[in-house]
Amino acid sequence: MEFLAAHGGAILFYLFAALAVGGALLVITLRNPMYCAFALLLTFLAVAALFLLRQAEFVGVVQIFVYGGGIMVLFLFVVMLVNLHNLPDARRFLGQSPLAVAVALMLLGLFGALFIGTHFAPSPENLDLLRTVDGVVVGNTEAVAMSLYRDYLLPFEIASVFLLVAMIGAVVLGRRQ
Amino acid sequence: MPGLLQWLDEFAGPTLFEFAVSPTLKILALLFLFVLPLISYIVLAERKILGYIQARVGPNRVGPWGLLQPIADVVKLLLKEDVIPVRAVRWAFVLAPCLVVAPAFVIFSVIPFGPPSTGEGAPNWFITDVNTGLLLVIALATIGVYGLIIGGWASNNKFSLMGGLRSAAQMISYEVPQGFSVVVPILLAGTLSLVGIVQAQEGHQLFGLLPRWFVFHPTGIFAFFVYMVAGIAESNRNPFDLPEAETELVAGFHTEYSGMRFALFFLGEYANMIVVSAIAVTLFFGGWLPPFDFLGMAFLPMGLGGVLWFVTKLFAFLFVYIWFRGTFPRYRFDQLMDLGWKWLIPMALILVVLTALLKLLFPS
Repeated sequence: MEFLAAHGGAILFYLFAALAVGGALLVITLRNPMYCAFALLLTFLAVAALFLLRQAEFVGVVQIFVYGGGIMVLFLFVVMLVNLHNLPDARRFLGQSPLAVAVALMLLGLFGALFIGTHFAPSPENLDLLRTVDGVVVGNTEAVAMSLYRDYLLPFEIASVFLLVAMIGAVVLGRRQ
Repeated sequence: MPGLLQWLDEFAGPTLFEFAVSPTLKILALLFLFVLPLISYIVLAERKILGYIQARVGPNRVGPWGLLQPIADVVKLLLKEDVIPVRAVRWAFVLAPCLVVAPAFVIFSVIPFGPPSTGEGAPNWFITDVNTGLLLVIALATIGVYGLIIGGWASNNKFSLMGGLRSAAQMISYEVPQGFSVVVPILLAGTLSLVGIVQAQEGHQLFGLLPRWFVFHPTGIFAFFVYMVAGIAESNRNPFDLPEAETELVAGFHTEYSGMRFALFFLGEYANMIVVSAIAVTLFFGGWLPPFDFLGMAFLPMGLGGVLWFVTKLFAFLFVYIWFRGTFPRYRFDQLMDLGWKWLIPMALILVVLTALLKLLFPS
């Protein structure tokens, strides 16, 4: 029991990390689009749990809300509507393997270099890092709000304008047909 | 009981007790002592009230005034044969009812049924008060739709599939106005915590004639209207029960379900009704606050007066739900989409901007 109390956070982290990675693998290996969508949902929810474990409750809940509740429902809707069947006869590899392996290795090297170069503090010390504003512990919602609307207001607004442009573009493309 | 708690405390150690054992016990107590009995008697109340609306008597055979009818219903559902169609996707078919019920039950852990502890042995009348309370409620409510979609798809039946598709479209359309309409109380209260939102509604306005509940705020009343319409649509109730429209789709997404699995879908729908009503009470009708201080029943111990007020308001909303079912005809699907996208979403957007403006101009 003491072991569970001391390492509960770590156990949960590895559990949800494994679920996230496993779900992501299933998305690209399963042949039925419906199952792929379920696996993607599993990954999204596991990532939300990882956010919660890092005391980033706002980000975690928004992850569930936006990806789990909005985007995945749309995916499922489209998959069910067009009624895709299993894709057994499609070839799994399309002759791009060498290129794909090269790109994957490059990415792996990049992440590896980052991983080696980063100094990781012991986790209990920065437990409240994601819920602190100006050195005062308030809550993750307030911390996210302050960094979005005070510290990084201009980049945030620019990103919003880009998204608006993309949305208008989608509407225009949809009207033409 | 205290002895058992102490034993659990010593067995689990302080951290585990505080974060795992104690919340689990509270959740189980809330579910089995409040939510499940409430749901079974709402079903009876619904049949009775619908009966009176249609000039019938309603169930009156089992027990005095039919009061034991829910028990008979539960026993019947438990004993019924549980059929799984041969061509169904078995694991998804079994999983779907649980996916409907679980998120609805989780939401009960953040709903404040009464005031926070004031010391002197009074408990907190909620399981937890999280920093993102309201957002968590909406996020979990949207997760509940997967049960309907997966159930409809896994049944391998045209009617079920159509029901599942309809519920997906309906959920996507109505969670947008619902999300915007709850921004209004968030703006007025300045917090996402459900306890904080209720506490922000304390006091009176208009020379003490009106409580400062957000429903009596000039934009709050319209936000309440939008929230309630979207909430009824989200819980698949009349007049928005298109995913299970009997006249067109047999029984919609749960056509192939029988026995206890069907009962779980039923349970999820009623749990969602209670959740939508409880959130409406919390956001717009002052939660556990009495309308006037002299009605507060402060003589009751442990803040029970507040709990009584909350439950009274909750029952009023549940009655309105049943009343709607007895009076309104069902919407057509294109009318449903029109209402959501052309009326509720623009209205909710305007309300958010107006509320922000009002708050900027009159900071008090």
